[in-house]
Amino acid sequence: MKIHEYQARDLLAKFGLPVPPGIVVSSGDEAANAFTQLNSPVAVVKAQVHAGGRGKGGGVKLVKSTDEARSVANTILSKPLVTPQTGPEGVPVRKLLVAAGVDIAKEYYLGMAVDRARNCPVLIASSEGGVEIEQVAHDTPDAIIREPIDPAMGLQPFQARKVAYQLGFKGKQISQAVKAMVKLANLFIQTDASLAEINPLVVTPPDADNPDGQILAIDAKISFDDNALFRHDDIKQLADPHEEDPAEIQANKFGLSYVKLDGNIGCLVNGAGLAMATMDLIKLHGAEPANFLDVGGSATEEAVTEAFRIILSDPKVKGILVNIFGGIMKCDIIARAIVSAAKQIGFKVPLVVRLEGTNVQPARQIIKDAQADIPTLSVGTDLTDAAKKITAALAA
Amino acid sequence: MSILVDGNTKVICQGITGSAGAFHTKGCFDYGTGMVGGVTPGKGGTKDPNGLPIFNTCAQAVDATGASVTMIFVPPPFAADAILEAADAGIKLIVAITEGIQVVDMMRVKQQLMLHNARNTDGGPTRLIGPNCPGIITPGPKGKGCKIGIMPGYIHTPADEAKSNKAVGIISRSGTLTYEAVWQCSERGIGQSTCIGIGGDPVRGMDFVDCLELFLDDSATDGVVLIGEIGGSDEETAARYIKAHAKKPVAAFIAGRTAPPGRRMGHAGAIISGGEGTAEAKIEALRNAGCHVADSPANLGSTMAKALGL
Repeated sequence: MKIHEYQARDLLAKFGLPVPPGIVVSSGDEAANAFTQLNSPVAVVKAQVHAGGRGKGGGVKLVKSTDEARSVANTILSKPLVTPQTGPEGVPVRKLLVAAGVDIAKEYYLGMAVDRARNCPVLIASSEGGVEIEQVAHDTPDAIIREPIDPAMGLQPFQARKVAYQLGFKGKQISQAVKAMVKLANLFIQTDASLAEINPLVVTPPDADNPDGQILAIDAKISFDDNALFRHDDIKQLADPHEEDPAEIQANKFGLSYVKLDGNIGCLVNGAGLAMATMDLIKLHGAEPANFLDVGGSATEEAVTEAFRIILSDPKVKGILVNIFGGIMKCDIIARAIVSAAKQIGFKVPLVVRLEGTNVQPARQIIKDAQADIPTLSVGTDLTDAAKKITAALAA
Repeated sequence: MSILVDGNTKVICQGITGSAGAFHTKGCFDYGTGMVGGVTPGKGGTKDPNGLPIFNTCAQAVDATGASVTMIFVPPPFAADAILEAADAGIKLIVAITEGIQVVDMMRVKQQLMLHNARNTDGGPTRLIGPNCPGIITPGPKGKGCKIGIMPGYIHTPADEAKSNKAVGIISRSGTLTYEAVWQCSERGIGQSTCIGIGGDPVRGMDFVDCLELFLDDSATDGVVLIGEIGGSDEETAARYIKAHAKKPVAAFIAGRTAPPGRRMGHAGAIISGGEGTAEAKIEALRNAGCHVADSPANLGSTMAKALGL
């Protein structure tokens, strides 16, 4: 589960990390008031959407007056925000963060993630902050420090000190950086996060109170392990349904795993691996999949019927490929769902069905009997045959 | 021969009275697996519909039945505890079917199993398969075969019944894609020594290399089918191992070439993030290691057959 930047900042603050003041608004007037309240010569107005690359899409702007805050806020709120991660249609912006501007001496990157090879959390740090960490990892892998963490012990102060000195922090910055790292690691483990990034973490220029400058978290991105949300009611409430595809939410209600894609062949499959392989198969035969859909092992006839409804709700879908290898899932449940979906929704587009595994004989009989009533229905004898039939039907 | 489990294996089920646990215990029992009991705290002293004794704790179950293997269907919030309980009771192979265990819990479990194995060196290490997996099967009739998990037994061909006189080991991150591979091999007369679903989670027990090591050593295994998917770097690690050690042919398939980055494809572990875990990188690594990589999931069986010289 993903959350917004302002929610991530609140969470950082809750765990004791230093975050500059900021106010969440949803209109130009509110943004103007926020600017006045912050009492800072410069503020940053930032679109609150889950997609990254907001700056490139014009969703992050510096403002220096209340009027400018108002007009910039109105502009960002007025139209969907298009970023490299949103697709050309963009996403609507409902909330903005107005944050006090900060003088920056140097930018760093600080993140926590799961190290899948070592099976433990890992602290990732770099003195090349402010840019995408993937880019840094690609261009200058040596500029990235990775410190594995014992999941039971958490990040130890000596580890944080080691990283702080490696990053080049000096004087009073060291203890500030160590605290920030330990707190970020605690946040990651205690909230069951799957990713927690501060980018940039900055050091401010020295002033009278802070001869070595001050360490602050400027931007943050945090996402959580969906499987652990049951034990974090407070985090579950941070979900923003506006950010999710309504079809995906509907699918979840029926225990289906659905991801919308850009192609025109809908797929209905049991099992995540087979569902991905079916998408690949479609592509291999020269077409594009419209979705990933795993009905799971214990879906009912009703849930599978709903799956057809979800696939057909995408106007781009010009054909459907059903690929089932019955294990726990019984093929006749799928066959009956096809008959019921034909009655309830109707198949105007070509439908190719390939069934194998548990209860395949009765299922094939049901399909055979249904073909008279569903003229667009045909049977694939194996995977390749099914893929060829559906792509040929679309080309025709 | 086979790896890890055979007709003599004694198996218990943790979570035997839950709906999935009960259903699949019967499935394994009917297949001929040496099911000897189950564990559900609070239900000790009763019997399940197959007449198997139920115990309150794993320790009691192991003590009374001599089981060395467990199949776990305990719900996600309690599954990590169940895995640790099994290890503590002296179980040597833990097959965790449960889907949806929290990653932080699994990281702690892995750490604890490492410590457990360092402290208890008698009788070999305790191994974990899964979680979020179909389980493990050595195909065969009662007394020879052993099915632990949710896979349909009848699609498999025991190694000694294979028409081609060849049998392969199958290792996979995906359940139904494993069945697809098994089916395509069976249809071509290729038997299976043992099939292992290692699971679709980012943090899991045995990985490809752990399984490859055993298959390469097994006299009944003539080749290996390796089925990977996007996310993580297990396939790349496996490729390095294959290049250095494999003297048997390895056929491979990687699912998810069309999956968009940043989206979780059903399995918690099937996600391309930070430019890592792409299908292309995995396929290239496996090809460079001399694996026969199938382009299409429809060619899993034919690719293996070709690699075996059939």
